[in-house]
Parts: sequence; structure tokens; C-alpha cells
Amino acid sequence: MSHHIVEVKNLRHVYADGTVALDTVSFRITHGESVAIIGANGAGKSTLLQHLNGCITATSGEVFIGHIPLTRNTLPAIRRTVGMVFQYPDDQLFMPTVFEDVAFGPRNQGLPEELTAERVREALELVGAAHLASKPPYHLSGGEKKRVAIATVLAMSPDVLVMDEPTSGLDPFARRQLMGLLREFHHTKIFTSHDLDMVLELCPRTIILHEGIIMADGATADIFANDHLLAACRLEKPFALQGCPVCRTSTN
Amino acid sequence: MNAITTAVIDLKQLELFAQGDTQVHGRDARVKVLVTLFFILSVISYHRYEINGLLPFTLFPIIMVCRAELPIPYLARKMLLICPFILLIGAFNPLLDRSTLWQVGSIEISGGCISLLSLLLRSFLTIGAALILVATTGFTTICQALERLGMPEVFTVQLLFLHRYLFVLAEEAERASRARELRSCGSTGRGIGSFGSLTGHLLLRTWQRAERIHTTMLSRGFTGQFHGQRRERFSHADLTFLISWSVTFLLMRTMEPATLLGSFITGAFP
Ligand SMILES: Nc1ncnc2c1ncn2[C@@H]1O[C@H](COP(=O)(O)OP(=O)(O)OP(=O)(O)O)[C@@H](O)[C@H]1O
Ligand SMILES: [Mg+2]
Repeated sequence: MSHHIVEVKNLRHVYADGTVALDTVSFRITHGESVAIIGANGAGKSTLLQHLNGCITATSGEVFIGHIPLTRNTLPAIRRTVGMVFQYPDDQLFMPTVFEDVAFGPRNQGLPEELTAERVREALELVGAAHLASKPPYHLSGGEKKRVAIATVLAMSPDVLVMDEPTSGLDPFARRQLMGLLREFHHTKIFTSHDLDMVLELCPRTIILHEGIIMADGATADIFANDHLLAACRLEKPFALQGCPVCRTSTN
Repeated sequence: MNAITTAVIDLKQLELFAQGDTQVHGRDARVKVLVTLFFILSVISYHRYEINGLLPFTLFPIIMVCRAELPIPYLARKMLLICPFILLIGAFNPLLDRSTLWQVGSIEISGGCISLLSLLLRSFLTIGAALILVATTGFTTICQALERLGMPEVFTVQLLFLHRYLFVLAEEAERASRARELRSCGSTGRGIGSFGSLTGHLLLRTWQRAERIHTTMLSRGFTGQFHGQRRERFSHADLTFLISWSVTFLLMRTMEPATLLGSFITGAFP
């Protein structure tokens, strides 16, 4: 299906205070691809992701989801296609209980109550948060909030999964669990991360963003082999490629 | 400022009680809204010196609290919190209104005192009823019920956002004031001076945060309607609940059972 193609053409975003967060960004992500967007703090990653389901409007340029241009009219359909996990889970959780919060999306999609409950249970199970269902979200730990925030999006069964730093704040076990979950998700997925080892494991393709410009777009292995490029973009190799810290031997 | 936040977090707690599943929780939200409305109208329709007539009305909150298994200490604390505000409104009554209304032995009780007492009683009853309504129904569901009772959608959504916004504001306030406290090393810091920029920041941050929350809501398919947890159908039990309470309130209001009882007793034992 061409449904899950994500295409960005000459996207430019200037914030109200004059900050140029994105400058002529273009790329095309085809169905089933798994792509990481990496870059230093303030590189424009979150800004870019927010364009993918029209949370913010571009200064210029276009976004296409499954060949449909993102406009005011197509917005509801696109938001049903693209599931977005935001960087700060606090912004995403606002209902009185975790269950209600995860049910918010499916209910908006008009699902009947039994199906909603089922979806909610499944989604919470997937992120290992089933035991939190009746807790209020504001009483959760940071990582628990993050997992619930991910569940809120999974419950809507999106065709394209977009995540802003999904593993930040997760404990090693939850991180593994999430990585397993992402591997299982066979539709298009796009995420930003500072967790370069996860990028190496999950994403065959990587895009490096630096000061609002795409510095590299290609195979993850090639990009992490390019020391010059990484240094220029305030990045470094994943630990898995850096060699053993104890015996000081290098793997390559 | 932290006191305010704890109060607000406590209000969220109120919302959690709505998850219970007693019979009262199960009643159609519209019915509960209507009964609460009737109750409040009956109570506030009394004149300012009324006390006797109000007493039977305490039956409603008591029965509701017991049947919904709500924690009494929690509700009592909420009521006490409101006390100072009522006293502030009624504080001058005893000073301004000195005409004697009641005489107990040689002690004269002025109209002002009575009206203050009546005000307290009426406030407790009405606010209590409102708290019970939220604790057994949940704010979202109440708004939905109002909508189904004919309130325009624009208003209910506004009401809901206001409700959410309150929590956002409280959370931001807590963070900001904690940050200030920690960096002022136990002293009062730069005192009132820094509060200016603090509140300025607070409003901006709250605004931005509310906007971000709205964005995340939109990206989860929010189209301007909140969907509550229950999709009720009107049942016979709902109808009975509505009619029995409305009739009771009407009888209490018109027959004044306390006075009846009083005259019955004085009549029986002349
Ligand atoms: N609302 C805003 N108004 C003005 N400038 C902003 C706004 N939001 C972000 N910026 C600026 O835009 C640039 C890109 O921000 P963005 O949040 O996209 O970075 P990021 O790559 O996600 O960083 P991080 O890794 O820290 O999450 C930054 O320089 C930031 O200061
Ligand atoms: Mg970011």
C-alpha cells in the first residue's frame, strides 16, 4: 500500500521569534521503512516531527502522507494515519486515569466501548503498564508516564508511527521491551533519539539533522562509520561500535 | 502557593471517586444533574432567616454519601476549606442585623446570627451536593449530561477546558515555586520582587503547555467532543431516582416537615 509513504519537500520552519528551526528539509520515506532522525540538542528534530501530523504549520514547503498533501482539509484523515508520541509525556496525559487517557484516542475514532476497552488493555499490556490502568497519570514516575504515552498512541493502531525520543527516561528493561515492540511494528516508523545504540539496532536508515539542515541521509552503518561527519554534528559513535571500555580493544 | 496546588491535586482526587461502581455511580448522569439542581434550587429558595426548614435537606447529602461509599473525612475537609470564604461573606451579618429574632431563656439571638447560621447551612448543603455530584459522576460525564440536556456544545467544551486548564496552571505553579524555593536556599529569596517575573513566566508557561496539550489532543483525533466512560441508557431505576427525590424536595420545601413535627409534638403534649 502506498498509504504509508511519508514525503517532505523543501520544508522550512521559522518560529515567531525568528529562530530558523528547519531550512529546506526534503526526504522521502517509503512503506515499512524504519528511520531514525538524529542530531544535537536544538537541531530541529522535534520541530520536524511535529510537521508530520500538522501540529505546526510550515513557513514554506510541503508534507505528503501517502501522496496526500497535508492541508487543513486532509488533517483529520492524516492524524488518523500518523500516530505521534511527543517528547514530554506530561503534555500527552490529561485524563483522570490512565485507562481513560489511553481510551481517549479510540473513543475519538468512534470505536464502541467494548472494543475500546480491549484496545486499551492490549496497548497497556504491550508497554508493560497494565497494572497502572486505574492510577491517575499525575501519580506515575517519569518512565511510567512515557510508557503510558506510548500506549495512548498504540491504542489507535496508526499506520505510521512517529516518536520523539521514545526511550528517554526508560529503565533498561523497559527500553528493551520498547525496542522489541518497535521491531514488531511492521508499518512505517520514524523516530528521533539520542540513544544511538537503539538507532543502530532498529533503523537501517538514518537522517542527521544539524541546525535545521539535513547533513546526511543514508544507511545507518555508513553514517556511523563517518567520524568526521559525526564530530561536525556534535554526535559520536554508538557504544556498541566504540570498543570495550575495560580492555580498551576496538571492535573494528 | 503549594497549598493551592495540593488543594487542586485533591480536587483531582475527587474525580477519581467517580470511578466507583455503586448504584449511585451507575445512575444516569442527567438524572443526577437534575436532582442536584432541584436540590440546590430548593435550598437557596428559602429566606435568609430559615434554619428549621433546611434541616430535613441534610438527608439528601447524607444518604448520597453513604450509598455512594464516599469517604466522609475527605469531603469534610473540602467543606472546611470553603468555610473561611463563607464566613467572609457573612461576617458582618451579626453586627449589622441586631434585631432579636429568638429568645432562649434570657439569651437573645439576633437576626444577624441566625442569618449567618442559615448562610453557612445553605452553603454547606449546596456545595456538598455539588461535590457529591462530581465525586459520583466525574466532570467529563457531567458536561456530557449538560449537553444532552440541551446546553450548547460550545459551553460544555469551554467548561471542560477551563477545568483542565485549572490543573495545568496548578502543576506549572508548583514547579515554578519549587524551583524558586530551592534556589532561594531556605530564606524568602528576593522576596516579592521575584514573584513578579515568576507569575509572568507562569502565565506564559501555562499558556504554552495548554497549547501543547491541545496539540496532542488534536493529534489523537479530538474533534471538539469529549467522550465519557459511560454510554447510559435511561432506565426505570433512573426515573424512580429522579421522581422520588424531586417529590421529596418539593414536599420538604412546601410542607416544612420540621415545623409539622414541631406542631405535632406540641399538639400531642399540650
Ligand atoms: N516555540 C518556539 N519558539 C522559538 N524557538 C523555538 C521554539 N521551539 C523550539 N525553538 C527553537 O528551535 C530549535 C529547534 O528546536 P527542537 O525542539 O526542534 O530541537 P530538538 O532537535 O528536538 O532538540 P532536543 O534534542 O533537545 O529535543 C531550537 O534552537 C529551539 O531553541
Ligand atoms: Mg526534541
